Amino acid sequence: MNDLAHVLTQVAVALVQVGAIVVGGPLLLGLMRKVRCRLEGRAGAPIHQPLSDLRKLFAKQRLRPKESSWVFGAGPVVLVATTVVVAAVSPLATTRPPLGQSSDFFAVIFVLLLGSLMLALSALDTGTAFGGMGASRSMTIGALCEPALLVAILAMAISARTSNLPALVRVGLDHPALIASPARILALASFLVVILAESGRLPVDNPSTHLELTMIHEAMVLEYSGPDLGLIILGESMRLMFLLGLLMNLLVPLGVAERPGVLAFSVGLVALGAKVAAAGVTIAVFEVFTAKMRLFRLPELLAGGFVLALLGAVTAVVAR
Amino acid sequence: MNEACVVTVALAGAMAAVFGAALPVSSRVGAAVALTWVSCAAALVTAVSVLHSGHVVALSTSALLPFTGVTMVLNPLGALFVIAISVVALASTLYWLGYASHGLATRSASSALPLFVTSMLLVPFAASVATFLVLWEVMALTSLVLVLTDQSRREAARSAAQWYAVMTHAGAAAILLALVLLSAHSGGQTFADIEAHARHLSGAMRGTIFVAALLGFGSKAGAVPLHVWLPKAHVEAPGPASALMSGAMVNLGIYGIVLVGNELLGGGPDWWWLLVSALGVVSALYGALYAATSSDLKRLLAYSTADNMGLVLIALGASGIFAASGHRTVAAVAMVAALLLMVNHSVFKGALFLAAGAVQIATGTRDLDRLGGLMRRMPVTGAVFLAGALAVSAVPPFNGFVGEWLLLQGLLHGLPTSNTSVVISVTVAVAAVALTGGLTIAAFVKATGIGFLGRPRCDETAEAHEVAITMRLGAGALGALCLVLGLVPMLVLPAIERAAASAGRVGATSSASGWVSLHLLGLRGVLAPSLLAAGLAVAALAMIVIRRLAHRRRSVWPAVNPVEPWGSGRRVQTARMQYTATSFAEPLQRVFDDVVRPSRDLNVSHLVESRYYIERIAYRTTNDDVIERQFYRPFIAGVRWWGQRARWFQNGSVHRYLAYGFVALVIVLVVVT
Repeated sequence: MNDLAHVLTQVAVALVQVGAIVVGGPLLLGLMRKVRCRLEGRAGAPIHQPLSDLRKLFAKQRLRPKESSWVFGAGPVVLVATTVVVAAVSPLATTRPPLGQSSDFFAVIFVLLLGSLMLALSALDTGTAFGGMGASRSMTIGALCEPALLVAILAMAISARTSNLPALVRVGLDHPALIASPARILALASFLVVILAESGRLPVDNPSTHLELTMIHEAMVLEYSGPDLGLIILGESMRLMFLLGLLMNLLVPLGVAERPGVLAFSVGLVALGAKVAAAGVTIAVFEVFTAKMRLFRLPELLAGGFVLALLGAVTAVVAR
Repeated sequence: MNEACVVTVALAGAMAAVFGAALPVSSRVGAAVALTWVSCAAALVTAVSVLHSGHVVALSTSALLPFTGVTMVLNPLGALFVIAISVVALASTLYWLGYASHGLATRSASSALPLFVTSMLLVPFAASVATFLVLWEVMALTSLVLVLTDQSRREAARSAAQWYAVMTHAGAAAILLALVLLSAHSGGQTFADIEAHARHLSGAMRGTIFVAALLGFGSKAGAVPLHVWLPKAHVEAPGPASALMSGAMVNLGIYGIVLVGNELLGGGPDWWWLLVSALGVVSALYGALYAATSSDLKRLLAYSTADNMGLVLIALGASGIFAASGHRTVAAVAMVAALLLMVNHSVFKGALFLAAGAVQIATGTRDLDRLGGLMRRMPVTGAVFLAGALAVSAVPPFNGFVGEWLLLQGLLHGLPTSNTSVVISVTVAVAAVALTGGLTIAAFVKATGIGFLGRPRCDETAEAHEVAITMRLGAGALGALCLVLGLVPMLVLPAIERAAASAGRVGATSSASGWVSLHLLGLRGVLAPSLLAAGLAVAALAMIVIRRLAHRRRSVWPAVNPVEPWGSGRRVQTARMQYTATSFAEPLQRVFDDVVRPSRDLNVSHLVESRYYIERIAYRTTNDDVIERQFYRPFIAGVRWWGQRARWFQNGSVHRYLAYGFVALVIVLVVVT
């Protein structure tokens, strides 16, 4: 009986975390757009606009390019499914997520990679120049992001002696001094660079571009419409919220529920929303004042991120 | 019982070779494959019983090789290699049944293939220097014959075979040097004798032996810069042979390094293993980069083999470094990671090469820039290739992921225990593993996306059909195994742990508890691949259902309408407007321009009437191997030049030759007395 209750709680926690990301992701997108619009002197759409867009898209008919295969339809599904899985098992609102023991930072990254990989494949399946262009560019950026990302994780994991995500968040709660340690700050700075690059924000990619030649992510999804496009927008926004939530929990683990209980968990959810909103607003403000970088200048940015992570790792070992 | 099995392996293999050469074309392939299966099955039974019971199988006879006799011992480490080789061999020979009917059922190929398989199966059994070298040489020669099988590409095959022959024999010379040095100092030539005496050697001698062995076996494993034969031989060999070479033969290079480094020499100082890791880092990065920029399907796979062997070497080196500093738990994790990476590589690279061979049969080309749209035309082959590509990209729920995760865990947990120089190199290794992973993903998105998705880029590809059922079964078995091993790595982990323990010098092993999750014993790291996969499946199903139900129409299963893709306002879009493999790789090539150094050739011819109009533009870019171009070609040119000069000594005059003999004799006498 106790076991059953435990399993049910775990399932409930997973569902609520996923639900928070599903609703929060599009809202985050709306918030960031709103902030940008206001700073640029426009009124902007309401914050819930992306949610309404999704409702509209899901009601539409499905289309596919003439010569595409089953991969075209599978890409968006895998993209959302991977994000759902990582959101369910990661310490977003609580440090005791379901299957928390096996929620490993490296594993989470590899699961997310599966989503990006399938999306790139489905872009190539359209058989058009745009799909190939987007896939090629996003794979290039993805490849260059990898070293910074994994070394950043390594830097954080050294002091905790594990790459287990809940443990990494708990370390910050138990030893607040560690949060301000140079190793962790360097690693998180590098992680931020990677998040910006992976989720297609400025200065790497312009999410609101309509000029084909500068597109990366938008070029990949150009052929999608209706429910498939809805899934992609949902998946990408969930991914942004998930990554920002993870970053903020590692940076400021304040409010994350340490004990079981509805109250603590609700506090954790509210804290998550507040932290992600703060991060989103910061990024939006930053985007107003930034121009997109040239594609072939990006390696410099990502190499910079890698150097930060490397410094973090070395500092972590020296300071242990 | 086990001794009988060993004899069966050899006898069935030899009979298969004889039948393959002697029978008429209608029955030779079938007979050879059936007997090869007997050989593989016997080897599999022996290996599994060795791993299960932990007892070694020993067999020796003085009847076969003059002077030295044959000594065979199979320990758990060798048994693991035998299992990996026989699984790939079973699938590849099944595939060969269908493949050979495309004009490749020659006598030489039908008898070389069984011999190649048998010699590979027996190499891990060898327990004396002479036995090992004979089997090693049989393996090299039979694979050389296989490289030459495809007569339709005679020139390319001959050049590949030349490179392969030279490199494999240079490697064999280095191995010979290492083993002869070992046996000279131990007074016996069986591995048991050598193991007993190797401890008393001086440090310098042990180092020399290890470096020689590393060079020799490293060249077999395709370690950069000794890899130049690999993208040639693996590419020109027929499908099943390249699957065997890449999925099974390169493993034996790793086996050799573990054999000499861990078993015969009993471990060594950390500079040995730093060297191994450095070799691994270079191989991994170089292989991944060339895989990402190649536009030939099999060449891409061959470079990816160098890349994967690099990862194995990194893990092996890390294990040695940690063991040398006394951290046995972490050393064990790294060793298990090395062997798991290797087993995984056998499975997925076997599947990928078999699928690539099927593509070559169906379309007549390996050039990615001429392929496309094969997922619809060859659904099974396409699915196998996709499974292999996802596995090699190390994403869950496929098998490559578990190996890569273990490698990262090994490196992570080893870090805080090491001194500063090791810390720097391990961090660099992690960065290299990461960049390699990213480049590999780019390479395989390109291979799958350009080769199998989108629209066909030439007529032959547009008319491609799925290949014979045996070929689909052979490739499909390995493809399915990629998924099975990704979901339940516990199927092989206990065996790998036994093998790692018998490779010696590593202490407690990591542990798989039950069938669900993988715990690192004594370290904080847990992975539950099957739960992860179950979560992915449930979430994906939920998304599919939501996508269907959100529909406003009443139909439960509404049709997905095929439409013309958007072409920026153009009416007609041709397949040539798609991205090609070359254009896909262009950004990466540009980023790594200093390393890859592609040669570009741009020819613009203007119209005769006016310079302002362009008649045609020809753009050619080749990215041949920079190491081959910068080191091997000048070296070969130097040898040639020296050969020309040396002809002066050899002008055919008998008098002069007698004079040479006389002078040489005098010198010998002077030196000796």
